[in-house]
Amino acid sequence: MTLRLQDVSKSLDGQTHIYPLSLELQKGTMNVLLGPTSSGKTSLMRLMAGLDRPDSGKIYWEGKDVTGQRVQARDIAMVYQQFVNYPSMTVYENIASPLRIQKRSSAQIDAKVHEMAELLQLTSILHRMPDEISGGQQQRCAIARALVKDVGLVLMDEPLANLDYKLREELRSEIPRLFAASGSIFVYATTEPEEALLLGGNTATLWEGRVTQFGPSMEVYRQPADEITARVYSDPPMNFMSVRKGAGSFHYKSGQSFAADEGLADLPDGEYRAGFRAHHLEIGESTAGKLAFDAKLIVTEITGSETFIHVEAAGERWIGLVPGIHTFKVGQNFQICLNPESIFYFDQQGRLAVGSNPETGQMRA
Amino acid sequence: MSAQPSSRKRMPRIRWSAIVMIAYLLFLLVPIYWLVVMSFKSNSEILNAFTLFPDEFTFQNYETILTDPSWYMGYVNSFIYVALNTVISLAVALPAAYAFSRYRFYGDNHLFFWLLTNRMAPPAVFALPFFQLYSSVSLFDTHIAVALAHCLFNVPLAVWILEGFMRGIPREIDETAFMDGYGFTRFFTRIFIPMIAPGIGVTAFFCFMFSWVELLLSRTLTSVDAKPITAIMTRTVSASGLDWGVLAAAGVLTIIPGAIVIYFVRSYIAKGFALGRV
Repeated sequence: MTLRLQDVSKSLDGQTHIYPLSLELQKGTMNVLLGPTSSGKTSLMRLMAGLDRPDSGKIYWEGKDVTGQRVQARDIAMVYQQFVNYPSMTVYENIASPLRIQKRSSAQIDAKVHEMAELLQLTSILHRMPDEISGGQQQRCAIARALVKDVGLVLMDEPLANLDYKLREELRSEIPRLFAASGSIFVYATTEPEEALLLGGNTATLWEGRVTQFGPSMEVYRQPADEITARVYSDPPMNFMSVRKGAGSFHYKSGQSFAADEGLADLPDGEYRAGFRAHHLEIGESTAGKLAFDAKLIVTEITGSETFIHVEAAGERWIGLVPGIHTFKVGQNFQICLNPESIFYFDQQGRLAVGSNPETGQMRA
Repeated sequence: MSAQPSSRKRMPRIRWSAIVMIAYLLFLLVPIYWLVVMSFKSNSEILNAFTLFPDEFTFQNYETILTDPSWYMGYVNSFIYVALNTVISLAVALPAAYAFSRYRFYGDNHLFFWLLTNRMAPPAVFALPFFQLYSSVSLFDTHIAVALAHCLFNVPLAVWILEGFMRGIPREIDETAFMDGYGFTRFFTRIFIPMIAPGIGVTAFFCFMFSWVELLLSRTLTSVDAKPITAIMTRTVSASGLDWGVLAAAGVLTIIPGAIVIYFVRSYIAKGFALGRV
């Protein structure tokens, strides 16, 4: 059971939603499509499902060409961001409906529905109508209906986006368990990097209709192939500054220089872009081996236990995430510092500079 | 001032909003009241005295209508073609409205707009072609002839109203059903139709209403066998003088079906008048 997309593309009304891309999803894997709004996550899912026909390219399921096949004939289920249930049926009938179509015996249906209801904590509300239950329960019902028929490919298009915070956390923690129980290929679209990391599996980062990188989630996070992937896979977005390499060292605008570590030592001299994630930024005087900058505060956002500080430093605008509560005045100047080991270097084309040894080159968080 | 608050309280406050409302309702109800009262009077009382309530309360007028086939067959005929028309209009408009709400096809916007322009022409325009056409294919004076003629107005209206209701149903429900394995017919009848049941009710009401009150085409296309009640009411004028009481009773009986149907779709009527676009 593998899903293979080969050079599929899709445009609508003269707008390109998906540029030709190829992707192969392996049997029993969790695959996260990570990208900002309108990066093509939904379009890509609809192509995978066969709800839309690609303008070019082919889609193979278990090696068989299924491009343009009726969705009824496909081995798929989909959960949408909106809670989609059949309003004229009870929760029980909603979950049972795909099985009824398959003409299973009623004893079999009953057993299966109760098993799913147990898994998704719907047992006590099986007799209710969808409009009588909460949003979280409606989405659980939709997920139960998607999983009940044991399809090979389960597509989830931001299934938690319309839920409030608590319900979202609760349901998210259950998804890996549901995935493990199903044995299907899961495709899960989200805009949140954190969600992609929590779900594990593989991540495909999407940007403006292109897959910028596809691989194990942690690997993509720690070793983004290019600047865009790093941007997509950071929340708040990655901070950047320019840096010049010469004579085995990186020279920063702060006037400091650090020797390039072993993998990067043999990179050609020239201009590079240095990027780091918000939580690596620290407040305080520089200590040995750290980069230091003079920063001017633009705004702070306090979450309760952490503070987002928006600062202007080295001629760039950065966002830092620092533990604890900090009350700076707007416009106040202070020192920030940064461990050079947490920095990613990108070349002028935006590709990650890995030097001669990509294995030991960079493994950063 | 504080010595006489009780006497001030006794002054009744005039609620103008209520008075205006009541006056307006009375004004609206006067013709209906007069019709109902007339239907319970004898002809001589109607012509010779001005009475707000019948002196001699009589059911004679209703008896005439319910026993004389030339009267009550008018209702039967009207009901037959109205029912036929409602069924045909819905059967045609449901798939059409689904197509308009779900698919994009060449010229869909124009077609959708032009559908409605059928309603812009007065029925008199179509009386002649329908009369000639139905006479030549021997459909003249049949119920189906009137029902089909009324489809000219009701099908576009039904498509418009139903499309509005269908647009409110997210497309994702259709897709989920197809992924669940539903074929189109099964999805449409088991899942989709229950979801737009109120819309179908409102549409049926509008088809019923327009077909029920339409006079010109139904009179032109019938002579004896399918003559509707509205036509009979207009022709009675020339018979043996003017039978005021019977006419009034016929009028009351004509209002009742509409009132009953309205009762069942009352909560959705506003949306229907807005052609489903609320």
